[in-house]
Amino acid sequence: MNDPAAHVVILGAGHAGGTAAALLRQYGFEGPITLIGEEPIPPYQRPPLSKAWLKGEADADSLALKPLEFYAEHDIDFRASITATAINRGGKTVSLSDGSSVSYDALIIATGARAIALPIPGADLTGVMFLRTAADAELLKATVGPGKTLAVVGGGYIGLEVAASGRALGAQVVVLEREERLLARVACETLSTFFKAQHEAHGVTFELGATATAFVGKDGHVTGVTLADGRTIACDAVVVGVGAHPNDELARDCGLDVARGVVVDLEARSSDPSIFAIGDVAHRPMPIYDRMFRMESVPNALEQAKQAASAIVGKPAPAGEVPWQWSDQYDLKLQIAGYAFDVDEILVRGDPASAKFAVFHLKGDLVQSVEAINSPPEFMMGKQLILSRRPVSKARLADPSISMKEVAA
Amino acid sequence: MAKITYIEHDGTEHVIDVKPGLSVMEGAVKNNIPGIDADCGGACACATCHVYVDEDWRDKTGSSSAMEESMLDFAENVEPNSRLSCQIKVTEALDGLIVRMPESQH
Repeated sequence: MNDPAAHVVILGAGHAGGTAAALLRQYGFEGPITLIGEEPIPPYQRPPLSKAWLKGEADADSLALKPLEFYAEHDIDFRASITATAINRGGKTVSLSDGSSVSYDALIIATGARAIALPIPGADLTGVMFLRTAADAELLKATVGPGKTLAVVGGGYIGLEVAASGRALGAQVVVLEREERLLARVACETLSTFFKAQHEAHGVTFELGATATAFVGKDGHVTGVTLADGRTIACDAVVVGVGAHPNDELARDCGLDVARGVVVDLEARSSDPSIFAIGDVAHRPMPIYDRMFRMESVPNALEQAKQAASAIVGKPAPAGEVPWQWSDQYDLKLQIAGYAFDVDEILVRGDPASAKFAVFHLKGDLVQSVEAINSPPEFMMGKQLILSRRPVSKARLADPSISMKEVAA
Repeated sequence: MAKITYIEHDGTEHVIDVKPGLSVMEGAVKNNIPGIDADCGGACACATCHVYVDEDWRDKTGSSSAMEESMLDFAENVEPNSRLSCQIKVTEALDGLIVRMPESQH
């Protein structure tokens, strides 16, 4: 689409939507761009909200993807505090929550995902929070501190990052997890055991196999979490981190193909050639695993923003990337590359007791994914091996005295 | 403010005033300069903000940490003056800094 009058409308001003707008300009797109965001502030990075920002090591300016002036300077019509209510594919217009509508030549759906709420009594008490937006993070930071007890429902990565940050802010922290181990859906047992021990060493307590059945409160504010076994865990605040649901209703309502998110191809294009979907809301192909799925990660948002912006300006599609993500907890840097699909063997390289090790997930002699703790070489080389599909010697991979470069040679 | 010159791989120069306290990476990204991707936003987790520091500025930009060193080791086309720009904090002393970008960050 090289027509300089073509109008690109982006629904959602998160990491994906904001990046797509900036990349369109970087790639030389000259037509009008409208970026529509539900939140009152321009696009910002969410990952620090549960990490550096929560501990006061990053401010609002450093969270922002671009300064506010950037949008006007680059002729991007950024509209804050507004949402789309309907996509009218026939007339190529989008109805907005302020009653107006906007017409598009290309539409990018970047509406993200929302935190899943627990359908239990007391979920509407104040002090029962999520961590998704900057506003959520502000509230959490204002609520927890020395002398307070924070209960975290959900022992996934968000829950554990919040637990680490809660300790850094001086609060007592208890993590309630429904499964018998932490990170049950996303990591192997070695990692679950390792993270539990690390958090315990930093004073976090755990209740595993613990299902929250109600939040109890006083004067409208939460004071505890009741568990299925009848106990009530006293607390001053709760963060619920039990997953997210894609905001794909607009796409469903206008008849686009939707699976676990809006179905797109490798150009991030939906079943309507004028409509793209990127980031947490998209259900996308991942050729290295020969399947389609939905991801919630910044690298995925960036890759799909590149795909959509490239397709719109007629630039060749970017080379395929290996999905990856990271987590910072205390002085631990966790870097994960790939997903553990079709894995028949799990191999640990290094000693978890040294807090420097990597877990490789193998399908035959191919690396499917790697979880690296304080081990950048294992992460970086693992990522390359996942992409190249080059077989590795398991014996050499398991031997930390052989460098990763030699293992991959 | 520190004036920083970012030079793309094709030779295109961008001269930017960067606020002290930001990183050299943030100076580029917040001004939409191509060639520095910075996927992780400065967490030293991705090695996609690789730059070559001009020889005259290598001392002033300091040396890399062990974490940065081991990430850089696996980036493409690494040279002795390679750095991850998210790990270089801008100060008034870096007024005039020149960095060059590699052909690709991935």
